[in-house]
Amino acid sequence: MAKNPDTQKTVTQRLLQPLVIPLLAILTSLIIGALVIIFTAENPLVGLQKVATGYWGIIDGALFRRNGITNTLVATTPLILTGLAVAIPFQAGLFNIGAEGQFIIGAFVGTMTGIYLDLPPVIHAIIVMIAGFTGGALWGFIPGFLRARLGAHEVINTIMLNFVGILLVNFAVRGPFKDPNTTSIQTLPIQESAEMLRIAGRLHLGFFVAIIVAAIMYYFLFRTTWGFSLRTTGQNPDAAEYAGIRPKNEYIKSMVIAGGLAGLAGVLEVQGLTRVLTEGFASGYGFDAIAVSLLALNNPLAIIPAAFVFGILRIGGDFLQIRAGLSIHIVSILQALILLFVSATAIVRYLYRLKLDTNNEGAALSRGWGG
Amino acid sequence: MTPVLEARGLTKRFPGVVANDSVNLTLHKGKILALLGENGAGKTTLMNMLYGLYHPTEGEILINGKPVRMDSPNDAIAAGIGMVHQHFMLVPVMTVTENIMLGVEETRGFLSRLPLLGRLDRKKVADEIRALSQKYNLALNPDDTIKDLSVGIQQRAEIIKALYRKADILILDEPTAVLTPQEADELFEIMHNLTAQGVSIIFITHKLKEVLAVADNIAVLRGGKMVGTADPKTSTEESLAALMVGREVLLRVKKDEAHPGDVVLDVADLVVEDDRGQTAVDHLNLQVRAGEIVGIAGIQGNGQRELVEGITGLRAIKNGRVTLGGANITHMLPRQVTELGVAHIPEDREKHGLVKNYPIADNIVLNQYYLPPFANGPVLNQPVIDQKATELVAEYDVRTPSIYTHAGSLSGGNKQKVIVAREFSRPTKLLIANQPTRGVDVGSIEFIHNQIVAQRDAGTAVLVVSAELDEVLGLADRVAVMFDGRIVKILPASEATRERVGLLMAGSDQ
Amino acid sequence: MDFVILAGLLQLTVATATPIALGAYAGLFSERAGVVNIAIEGMMLMAAMVGAFVSGYTGSLFWGVIGGLLSGGLMAALHAVVSIRFKTDQIISGTVINFMAAGLTGHIYQIYLVPPRWPGSAGTFPEMPIPVLSKIPFIGPIFFQHQPIVYLMLILTGVIHYVLFYTPWGLRMRAVGEHPRAADTLGINVYFTRYANVIIGGLLAGLGGIWLSLEWVGTFNINMTNGRGFIALAALIFGRWTPFGAFGAALLFGLANAIQIRTQTLNPDIPAEFLQMLPYVLTVVVAAVRRPIPPAAVGQPYETE
Repeated sequence: MAKNPDTQKTVTQRLLQPLVIPLLAILTSLIIGALVIIFTAENPLVGLQKVATGYWGIIDGALFRRNGITNTLVATTPLILTGLAVAIPFQAGLFNIGAEGQFIIGAFVGTMTGIYLDLPPVIHAIIVMIAGFTGGALWGFIPGFLRARLGAHEVINTIMLNFVGILLVNFAVRGPFKDPNTTSIQTLPIQESAEMLRIAGRLHLGFFVAIIVAAIMYYFLFRTTWGFSLRTTGQNPDAAEYAGIRPKNEYIKSMVIAGGLAGLAGVLEVQGLTRVLTEGFASGYGFDAIAVSLLALNNPLAIIPAAFVFGILRIGGDFLQIRAGLSIHIVSILQALILLFVSATAIVRYLYRLKLDTNNEGAALSRGWGG
Repeated sequence: MTPVLEARGLTKRFPGVVANDSVNLTLHKGKILALLGENGAGKTTLMNMLYGLYHPTEGEILINGKPVRMDSPNDAIAAGIGMVHQHFMLVPVMTVTENIMLGVEETRGFLSRLPLLGRLDRKKVADEIRALSQKYNLALNPDDTIKDLSVGIQQRAEIIKALYRKADILILDEPTAVLTPQEADELFEIMHNLTAQGVSIIFITHKLKEVLAVADNIAVLRGGKMVGTADPKTSTEESLAALMVGREVLLRVKKDEAHPGDVVLDVADLVVEDDRGQTAVDHLNLQVRAGEIVGIAGIQGNGQRELVEGITGLRAIKNGRVTLGGANITHMLPRQVTELGVAHIPEDREKHGLVKNYPIADNIVLNQYYLPPFANGPVLNQPVIDQKATELVAEYDVRTPSIYTHAGSLSGGNKQKVIVAREFSRPTKLLIANQPTRGVDVGSIEFIHNQIVAQRDAGTAVLVVSAELDEVLGLADRVAVMFDGRIVKILPASEATRERVGLLMAGSDQ
Repeated sequence: MDFVILAGLLQLTVATATPIALGAYAGLFSERAGVVNIAIEGMMLMAAMVGAFVSGYTGSLFWGVIGGLLSGGLMAALHAVVSIRFKTDQIISGTVINFMAAGLTGHIYQIYLVPPRWPGSAGTFPEMPIPVLSKIPFIGPIFFQHQPIVYLMLILTGVIHYVLFYTPWGLRMRAVGEHPRAADTLGINVYFTRYANVIIGGLLAGLGGIWLSLEWVGTFNINMTNGRGFIALAALIFGRWTPFGAFGAALLFGLANAIQIRTQTLNPDIPAEFLQMLPYVLTVVVAAVRRPIPPAAVGQPYETE
């Protein structure tokens, strides 16, 4: 992988510099978010008060209250995996907005095996995880294949497949697979043998699965030939082709892995938390993933802390709502702002008059619609 | 007599670079001033200042003796300056008329009172174009779409575009780079027609013969400085070359007699299509033997790119057969072709040759990264990769702070050396070099040429494709002239004169 | 099939094609000038909310329209600044706009568009049959018996065709989208051209959003655009970046929508989810069958020398 060429720089500089932009991005987002709250409140003073209680609510609720930190880690778990599901295609030059659909299809396929297969404990749980991965991988394969073979743009297709996936699962949950014993719209619970081990509070083994997967993905991307060919495709598909790499295969590969990881995220939610699949199950993990991935500059290891930041926003968001009487949508606004400032680094550099050497060359996505 | 255009002490500084250093320039009415300089000498920067695209750091520009300030091309156009860029500034999907009227549209109808929303008067403009093309003897159909026109005709559209804007000073930036010698002669005739009617021309080039043929005055730029002026009547190619590069250079490639061996590359009846699905390589036959250099001469766009991409597996082959040392490689994937011992210097190094955000080290193994010793199974062996890169950077004299420097930050010559290092450092049966020295400084050109000859002498079959006729003539043992997708003639080096090859390139059979 | 039922279905087709067509025209202005626009969805959503908000609080549909248009234009201006001035990847910039719109509309909805504060909606535009023309059998109801924004959309199709292919404005816009450097060397301001056209696109997307809240539903619902902005983009691509092509594609999606609505009321046995899927599946199919040839410079930030 690429090493930092500038040996003249001190170690601290090298460690801190990549953090400057993300941290300033978060700070700027919080400031603008505060302005939104103040301007939409009854009067500025009340608004200011809401900002204080709301923001403190996020921190307190997500980190310091009883079960705060475990709940935050629980929310971090799917964000790590869906974040990777966005990052891997990014590295190959594709934009996967479809993690949401892949998440829910994976959860569905996994849940089915969790309900209807009879297997011994550990093995059953693993099979269910594999099934979840496979379901998501299939849902990722479709746009990957369409892009590779027909040049259909993945941005449109992944968004469309989100709608289709959600509607499919809604149909399944309301219709053929509805639990007849309850009035709520949900499937039967998965068998106990398929569940994830609980560690503390709601925190389950899935968190460690996610951490390990992130490490594997880092190794895959930067230390293996498979990752080399994938990244080369993302950086320069023409040069990749010249070098004997087949970009079409890389596109499909990256989307299959991505879909699988999002599917794994979905099924782990069932195995570790809900045991059943409900309508509206995905709840935006696939969309938050985009900001997570970009905040981490698409680096699998950096995705872990980035997902943690978004986990804090997710869990803390409830406290912002309860304590300050603000809408949960404030959190969405904050997320959108963070996404804006981490991707538009030029804005952050402009706002803070920074002169950094930017080695932040992600793969260019907007190559037009031609494929 | 007041010069029509004068530049006094023009200086342009970019962060860390002085691109132009107090340059003086004088152009007289109805004359052709040749501006000579090698790549990177600062010619383009100078012209961009004259055309209002750059603002000079210091110095002034005078038109007819009056100082003018040019902040945008609009100011230059208003001052009567027209520019024909090296890469044409024409919108391919639009017609000649649309391209020419763009920015100075004529409208009609009652909506014309609204800014920019009147109905375009294409007919009126087309008529004016016809009148201009008659006046200056430049045949051109205003209703044709640009992308359907040959390069020579597109260039006429560019010239008329400037004349339509009432330009009386024309800047032609490397206008002959994409023309056949015959087309170039036609252009020179056009230039003389223009000057006869009072137009003054700045003619930018690095081709010495052309300068001597058409210029009234010569100015030579080197390293951003004006190093001298010359009179074409008293100058020779050698004296101009010395002025241009600052030292005596070899215009000829040094090489001994070739000793060709067995046929390595055999292309039979090859048909390849271009991106639009048109036949680009049309039942082509060609053989290259071990230990010889076959040079392909031809104007760009006659199927050279498709031929190379067809051989290397980058483009689908519609018909015919390609064999390499007896092995059929017709429908092989690029990787299989590479593994059989084909090295390929691609035409466009930025697009195909390098990953600019990768360090040099990774670019050095771009097509071998998965092979031992660079990988153990699927795991990259970075120390070995780095070591290989360190060796090759030294051997091929790549000027870089480190092997971890991103390839994109290197100069053109050093980028090309990285590619050459990668392609020449593995066992090769066939070397395909497409535009091996395009946009490369003189020192690197010499280096790369010597390396190519060394490959030949080591027994490699070499196929050189170049738009620079002199490069082909200098390197090749046999010259294959390509026209309209076919090899129209193969000449031994001894019979390949510029004139003869030039005629063949234009499709004229003798 | 009964002619009356068919005419009714096609009338509904034209009506529900309206936001898709307007969204596609929004994309057309932006992309023909070289800026990828996947933010149509967000611009529409924002305009739908602001339209409902302003008309509800002022009691005037007219001011609702003005507010909606301006908000669409404002979102577009943000997209323009981020992608043109700050040269951020245009697809990411668009994604930001979409998220921002979802968050902001949700936030304001919860504060101002639900009781007790909400004064109630100002209703929808009335149907305005065109005299005489609406009486033509079959054709009449399909094209001449609609609410005003539908007519506006139909008229705009022709107007945009004229502007794009027959005026200096259109010529410059297309030149900037195909070869910005060439336009620049002729003294055309590439940045101005891009800003102006992206913002015009925002106004059109805004009109599409207003259709949703002030002509179709009569109020604002969370995420009420439901992917229409993305479907519009697919229509634009399928229509090869031309107004009539996009209009035709929008009719196709309108038809899928109309069939869904009609079938759902006629045959309640077919699961609603599958009918709702129709436009989305159609989009995937449509995107796959036709290889697009986009404006050459779309997606590339422009840098003056």
